[in-house]
Formats: sequence, C-alpha cells, structure tokens
Amino acid sequence: MDRRTFLLAGAALATAACSGPSGLGYWNLFSGGDGSRMMDMVGAIDTRLDAVTLAWGTPYYTKLAMAAAGGRAPDLAILHLSRLPGFAPLGLLDPFDNDLLAAHGLTPDRFPPAVWNRARHDGRTYAVPLDTHPLVLFYNTELCARAGLLENGRLKPIRGPEQLLAAFDKAGLALAAARDVNPWRLFWTLYRQQNGQGLLDDAKALTALRLLAKIGATTRFTDNNAAVALFGSGQAGFFWNGEWELPTFQTQHTPFDVAPFPQVYDRPAVHADSHSFVLPHQRSRDPQRTAETVAAVAELIGQSLTWARGGHIPAYQPVATSQEYLKLAPQADYRSAAAEVELDPPEWFAGAASDLQSAAGATIGAVLGGTTSPDGALDELKATLVRLQNTPRPA
Amino acid sequence: MKRSGFWFVAPFLVLYVAFLVVPMAIGLGASVTDEGITGHAAFVGAANYGELFQDPVVWSSLWHTLIFTVTSTPVIVLVGLVMALLADRAVPERWLYRLAFFAPYLLPVSVVVLIWNWLYQPGFGLINDLLTRLGLGEVGWLSTDGMAMTSIVITTVWWTAGFGFLLYLAALQEIPHQLYEASALDGATPFQQLRRITLPLLSRTHQLVIVLQILASLKVFDQVYLLSGQGGIPGVRSIVQYIYESGFTRFRVGYASAISYVFFALIAVIALVHFRLTAARGSKR
Repeated sequence: MDRRTFLLAGAALATAACSGPSGLGYWNLFSGGDGSRMMDMVGAIDTRLDAVTLAWGTPYYTKLAMAAAGGRAPDLAILHLSRLPGFAPLGLLDPFDNDLLAAHGLTPDRFPPAVWNRARHDGRTYAVPLDTHPLVLFYNTELCARAGLLENGRLKPIRGPEQLLAAFDKAGLALAAARDVNPWRLFWTLYRQQNGQGLLDDAKALTALRLLAKIGATTRFTDNNAAVALFGSGQAGFFWNGEWELPTFQTQHTPFDVAPFPQVYDRPAVHADSHSFVLPHQRSRDPQRTAETVAAVAELIGQSLTWARGGHIPAYQPVATSQEYLKLAPQADYRSAAAEVELDPPEWFAGAASDLQSAAGATIGAVLGGTTSPDGALDELKATLVRLQNTPRPA
Repeated sequence: MKRSGFWFVAPFLVLYVAFLVVPMAIGLGASVTDEGITGHAAFVGAANYGELFQDPVVWSSLWHTLIFTVTSTPVIVLVGLVMALLADRAVPERWLYRLAFFAPYLLPVSVVVLIWNWLYQPGFGLINDLLTRLGLGEVGWLSTDGMAMTSIVITTVWWTAGFGFLLYLAALQEIPHQLYEASALDGATPFQQLRRITLPLLSRTHQLVIVLQILASLKVFDQVYLLSGQGGIPGVRSIVQYIYESGFTRFRVGYASAISYVFFALIAVIALVHFRLTAARGSKR
C-alpha cells in the first residue's frame, strides 16, 4: 500500500465513523424478555432505528429528562404514560401532529379511551400508547385445585374481601412487599375499586389499608425476587403482581394460569400503566425525521402481537381484537382488564418509579409486613402527600 | 518580576476561574431562584433556604452522611496505616503486598459496586454462601437500613483504604533508618520502636490522611447510590445524593443549589476548625 492509498483509506474510515449510524435514535428501558421482544420488533420493521436500552426506572427518566432539557434528545423514546404529567408540562416532550398520526392509522378511536385521554395534555397528543400493563392474579392450578378453588380448571370468581382472604389463606400468597412499589399499586387498586377520589379519602384509604394488613398476615414478607421464586417453585398458590412476570413462569413450566385482578369492592378497577411512544424535545426538529419517526411508531405498534407475548395487553385495538391475539393464552384471558385500568393519579410527582410510588410503597409495604398499623400508615401517607403537594412544582 | 509571576500562574488561574469560581457564582445565583432543568427561573429570595431547613430529608440525609463519616473514617485510616506498616517490612514479596493493598483503589466505582453487589447477594452471594456452609444464618446485607450502611462502609474501606496506605507508605520511607538502628542498640523492642519512633514521626501524615478522609467521606455519593439500586434505600441516602436527586430527578436545580451551599458552608466550617486546631498546635512547637 502506498502512502496515497493509505491516506484515502484513512479518510474513508473517518467519514464512515463520523456519519455513523444513520437510523433514528430510540431510547427505551426494556431489559430481559421485554428487551429481546422489543429488539425483534425493531428488527422486523422497515424504518431503521438505533435502539439504546437504559436501566429501568429513575435512572432512565433522569437521563431522558436531561437529554430533552438539552434539546438534543433521541428522535423517539418510551415513556410510562403515568409520567406524562411530569414531562409534558415542562416542555420535555414535543407534541405529535394529529394529521400525521391519522395518516398512519393512529387515531383516538383505535385506543382504549382510559389510556388515550392520559396521552393528551393541553389539548394536544404527546404519547402513542403501545400497551396497558395491569396487575393480575397469577394462580397455581395444582395448588388451587387441591384447595378447591377451581371450577372447570379455572379459578372460581372471587368477590369481596372475605372470599379473597379465604382463598389466600387456603392456597398461600406470594407478593412483593419489601422494597417495592407493588404495595402502592395494590393500595391504589383497592382504593379506586371503592371509587376513592383524589388524594386522599380517609375512610376509603383506611378500608384498603385494613384489608392489606389482613392480606399481609396470610403471606411471607418478601421482596419481589423471593416472591417470584416462591410462586415459580410451587410454594405459593397465588402471586399478585403485574402481567409482566408471565414469561418467567412460562419458562419455569410452573402449572399456572392468570385471572384478572379480583373485584373486591364496588367497581372493577386495577392499577396499570402504559408503555407509550413519545417525541422527546428537540430544539431544532427536522420535519422529515419526525415524519419518519411517526412512521416507525406505527410500524412498531403494528408488531404489538410480538409485544403481547410478554404479557402486555396491546393498546392498539386492531391488534387487541384480532384473532391471533384472542387465541393467545393465557394473555387474552385477562384482556378485560384493559377497560378497567387505573393509572397513577395525574400529578407531576406520581407515576412509574416516582417519589410518590417509592414513598407510599414503603409505607404500605410496612402495613403488609405488619410493622405499621393501618391508622399509622394513613397518617404517614397523608404526610407524604402533603409534602409532595407542597413541593413547588418545577418550572 | 511581579508580572512574570502572574503569567506563570495564568494558565491555572484561567481554569480555576472557568471551572470553579464561575460555576460557584452561577450556583449561588441559582439557589435564590426556582430554576428547573429547562432554564426558566424566577427569583424566589430565601424561599429555598427556608424550605430546606424544614425538609426532614435534608436532616436525615445529613445524619446518614455523618454516621457514614464517623464510622468509615477511623477504619479507613487505621486499615491504611496497618497495611502500610506491613508492606514497609523488607520481605521478599513486598511488591505483592503493595500491589494487593493498593489495587482496589485503582478500580472505578462501578466495578467495585458490581463486585460487592454480587458478594452481598442473598442466597447465592459468596459471603452468604460461606455463612450457610459454616452453619451460620444468612445476613441480609442490603435489606435493612443498618446492615446496608454497614455494607456500604465495608465496601468503601476495601475500595479506598489504599489511598491512606500510599501516603503512609511514602511517609514511612522518609523515616531515617538510623533511628531504628540506634534504638535497637539501646534495647528497644519492635513495639517500642513503633510507639516511640514510627507513630510520632507520622503525625503530619495522620493529620493529612484524616482530613482528606473526612472530606472524602462527607462527599460520599457514588457507592451509596449504586449499591442502593433502583428506588434507593431512604435509610442510607447521603446529602450529596439528595442534592443529585433534587436537581436531576425532581428537576429542582434551584433547590438543589441551595442545599449544596448549606453543605458547602458546613464543610468550610469543618475545614476552618481543623485549620485553627493545627495552626494552634504548630505555633506551640
């Protein structure tokens, strides 16, 4: 190789390195099974996405907010819909163009209203929901059959607090109570089932906390890893958590099925969240790239069936009502939950991995563990809420 | 003459002003506004300062920081000293001790935490596995507040004792050999030599190591943040961690700046007190 060829080769290499990945930047927080399914979906679509996976929860939202605040965010990102009130009003997200969405078939009538309404802020659409992921009730079919809780191989409907406690007492319950936000999700479900309004109706909150104290007494106080291990190895008849744990038990060949979250009080309701696509704020937004991004969103949502294998309920109704999805067991068995979903209260301090969830999760977890009384926990919860509500909202 | 002195200092001065003085002034300015991360800021006077003195989390995280400093500093200094005394002996494998004692200090914090996170795991972690093999009960290293603080201190000692070790080792090598020879001729035992020669001659190094370690411990953040994992452990949250959370996860840059300044004042007071003490001792000599 003479000097000229060498220099030319070097220059070519440098150009290649500088131009770099030409696809659209896409940040998400999916690891494990969800992560690989999302990668399958990214690989299956025509638009080229350069996906970056960051650690779930607070670290992800910190990075996303910083990127958007700097105005040089990725083209596309995943956001828990419950975090929208903390992001959209701060100008950290750019709104979608409704006409552009409609051109790709992403119209409001094709999404569950409960979810679509939360995707909007100030009359504009800021998110396109991919799924809803509610709490469900996993049950071990062998243990529950032995306890006489099944009917034709399915769990007999559980109604009211007494039936719930009796069932847990007979077959055993595993749930994440220690160092987890799960207790908050359970509480919010029971609170909203009583049609509890705002933050916070004392009497209804106390009813929910008292039931949780009794439920806690039927179970071992563990974190989520231990709870998953207990249910997965057949040491507990019930596991109360989100549907996202489904693939874990499928790979472990646990004899199990899934039921929607039981209706304990007046109305069906279940805590849920929704992974949705958002456009993080870019200071100089390129309309061409934005159009490509929306096309990519439509393509990814078209792959919702792959996503549903991980347990999530597709938000896009053409997929959610398709024969392929309805045949997907046990996922389709709890699809009714999509109509009953209750996201976190629409407050800037609430939402997935938020201050509210971790603070309230610790308090309510202590009720499940039996170290705090329901009355004491109510006082603590109210103090937390007062503190959060009095915190000046960031500018 | 004076001018040329200035030009020699200028490169440092430029960096000092650009990366220390200016950011500090900006931070002080931000602490009296409600600045968020998107740049909008309105003057709020002393509201942030008023709020932080009533914020229980500020006090609890200051308390955790204090506990961490009080427990970790003596251990780190002592371990560093003992390691230096051991490695200073003229044994053939001296290089091995020096390397082994100093190596952890070279690791980045993420690697350190990764290692210890695995060691602390319940069920299959090395430590708990060993305990169960010995017929002892498992310890939830990171599951209660008290144990989590202990585990963080252990990790920090392992990681940073090498720094004090290095300073002590350098100081030990400065002590003239004749002192030991002379005292040996006078019949001093090795323990007497340690007590009467080595430790007194290390006194300046003690001061240096202790002060640097107190300042480092007060600023603890990385290992606490990383070992606590998603959601954190409120019972071990350090003050710097709370500053980080206020600014970057709750988007309240103004409030975070105010806490930083109060913490800065605290550290300045500690440094001044130390300065006074050592200055007083120096003049007595």
